[in-house]
Amino acid sequence: MSAEPIITVESLAFERNHRLLLAPTDFSLETGEALHIQGSNGSGKTTLFRLLMGLLQPTQGEISFRGQSIAQCRHSYLSELLFVGHRAAIKETLTVEENLRWLSPNPLSPEQVRAALSQVELDNYADIPCRQLSAGQRRRVALARLINSKVKLWYLDEPLAALDKQGIAVVEQCMQSHLQVGGSIIFSSHQDLAQTATRNYNLTAEGSARD
Amino acid sequence: MTSGYHSGFIAHFSRDVLLHYRRRSDLARPLVFFIITSTLVPLGVVPEPATLATLAPGIIWIIALLATLLSIENLFAEDWQDGTLEQMLISPNLLVMPILGKVAAHWLMVGLPLTLISPLIAMMLYLPAEGLLPMLLSLALGTAALSLVGAVGAALTLPLQQGGMLLALLVMPLYTPILIFGSATVQSAIDGLVWSGTLATLTAVLALAIALCPLAIIGALRLSSEY
Amino acid sequence: MTSNRKWTWFHRLGSPRWFYHKTSQWLPWLSIVTGALLITGLVWGLAYAPEDARQGNSFRIIYLHVPASVLALAGYYVMAIAGAVGLIWKMKLAYIVMRAAAPLGAALTFIALFTGAVWGKPTWGTYWVWDARITSMLILLFLYLGVLALRNAYNSYEAANKSSAILSLVGTVNIPIIYKSVDWWQTLHQPATIKFTGAPSMHPDMFAPLLVMIVGFYSFYALVLILYSRAEVLQREQKSSWVRELVTDKRDRR
Repeated sequence: MSAEPIITVESLAFERNHRLLLAPTDFSLETGEALHIQGSNGSGKTTLFRLLMGLLQPTQGEISFRGQSIAQCRHSYLSELLFVGHRAAIKETLTVEENLRWLSPNPLSPEQVRAALSQVELDNYADIPCRQLSAGQRRRVALARLINSKVKLWYLDEPLAALDKQGIAVVEQCMQSHLQVGGSIIFSSHQDLAQTATRNYNLTAEGSARD
Repeated sequence: MTSGYHSGFIAHFSRDVLLHYRRRSDLARPLVFFIITSTLVPLGVVPEPATLATLAPGIIWIIALLATLLSIENLFAEDWQDGTLEQMLISPNLLVMPILGKVAAHWLMVGLPLTLISPLIAMMLYLPAEGLLPMLLSLALGTAALSLVGAVGAALTLPLQQGGMLLALLVMPLYTPILIFGSATVQSAIDGLVWSGTLATLTAVLALAIALCPLAIIGALRLSSEY
Repeated sequence: MTSNRKWTWFHRLGSPRWFYHKTSQWLPWLSIVTGALLITGLVWGLAYAPEDARQGNSFRIIYLHVPASVLALAGYYVMAIAGAVGLIWKMKLAYIVMRAAAPLGAALTFIALFTGAVWGKPTWGTYWVWDARITSMLILLFLYLGVLALRNAYNSYEAANKSSAILSLVGTVNIPIIYKSVDWWQTLHQPATIKFTGAPSMHPDMFAPLLVMIVGFYSFYALVLILYSRAEVLQREQKSSWVRELVTDKRDRR
């Protein structure tokens, strides 16, 4: 594992219409580490994710990927990241399998599809349109793409929302395997992970504090 | 998407065609609009063949334009709401091809069907026979340009509620050259003049739209996703 | 939020405060020049230029119509370029100028159309005629209205600016196409039109005051644009210290 952090955030802040949506924030993420962003609603978690993905430009501060500003290495940075947010990017009129294939970054063989579906316990749902699934089931489809993912960085905004205990266990399993192969995760959640060691990071309205 | 797998024109084109097809009852709407509104013309003007024949090229074109305009409003709405747009915008690859794929799918499922039923309308409005082929060709190319320019408007009004009327307001001035060249193609043919030049100009406008509209659309989509 | 940008001349150009103070110096003489040009042009054109052979005195409306048309079109480009500068360099002042240019350009387009109608009545007997230039001007008005409508539809100031900047740029590309297509369309249907007296075919005695009016209108445009922008600068920067000093002090600082 290299000593240099894979992601460094320095004095990152975001202001809009004279309101501070994200107070100046500093942190770094090492390879093989999971960073748990905590904070009450309105502390800027969603804003932070959007800044990390490059959807927003910060009013102050910088995000670096392997030492380079993400504005400079946009292509290589975005190639190494995967984001699963509140909105699952699931198409209702498409079947579970069709959605899974689209969300996967690589072409999937039929075995891989079946394996992914059984891991999220949606075995018999391959040909069911996602419109007919419950919120928890849809979230499982969205998270199934984590299974075959080969990218280094996972950004997960509330990955455990709407999941039952089994679903949470599956997600934690994915996250652990990912960390073991040298991947890194930044995630936000109102609950702690039971089995995975995480570093916590608290966002507050005034500024950020390490836990 | 993190690899070239989904960055291409074909991937997005076929996915969008599939999505349109899954809601195929919605596909009939622009066509029914086309037919119903064309019926308003003889009812509102006069059912006399001579008068209708004079108006036919322009009227058919205008109604096809309105039908395209109405159908383009929600082009990006679903993607924006379910998070697909977000995923597209964090793709490392250029968005030009995905956007072109999406608009091409819209043309295939809306513009082309409108073109194909235009002979029916042409018959109802007594369009002279010489005008039929130019009508088909000009509509086929023109609706593609209309979809592209309309998509720019759709992207700009994406975060707004009730953007429909505003979309029409923004896009209508930009539609005027397409309308002019499109209906003039038909009119020239009816008048016995050479119409290939006008059709070529329309094609040039389409080519320009293909080159430039995606840039405006991507800029507007990035802007919309910031809010 | 203070900016740590280096004070290159270009970035200084983007500072609203700098703009406000610089233009305070320019305004007096700009107003004089504008007034002089407009008054000279109007008096010359309306009173002293020779009568037109065909149209008599009614042609004199061109001394308002043509400059307004020129500025209406040029103004759209000003708006689009300001928008482009704002998008590329994220300059606040560029957006402020863009916002000022929109209603100004729309008003000028309306004046051009109105004076065109006033001209039309004695010349062709109708207030409206589907002449190529008038029709293009009408579409230009719609383009302006579109930019204004889009801007007003957004609640966020920044989003409104960016989206109307994008729309202005789209319109810019379209304007030559629109003008050409309308021109071509009109020749299809009315091969023999009464042309508005085109510049080269105008008698120099008629043309000279027109030129003065055009330059005068450019000057007038710059003046109004600056005034409008200054008002917007004060409004946007109202919380900053230099504006407070300005307003409470009642003396204009140099």
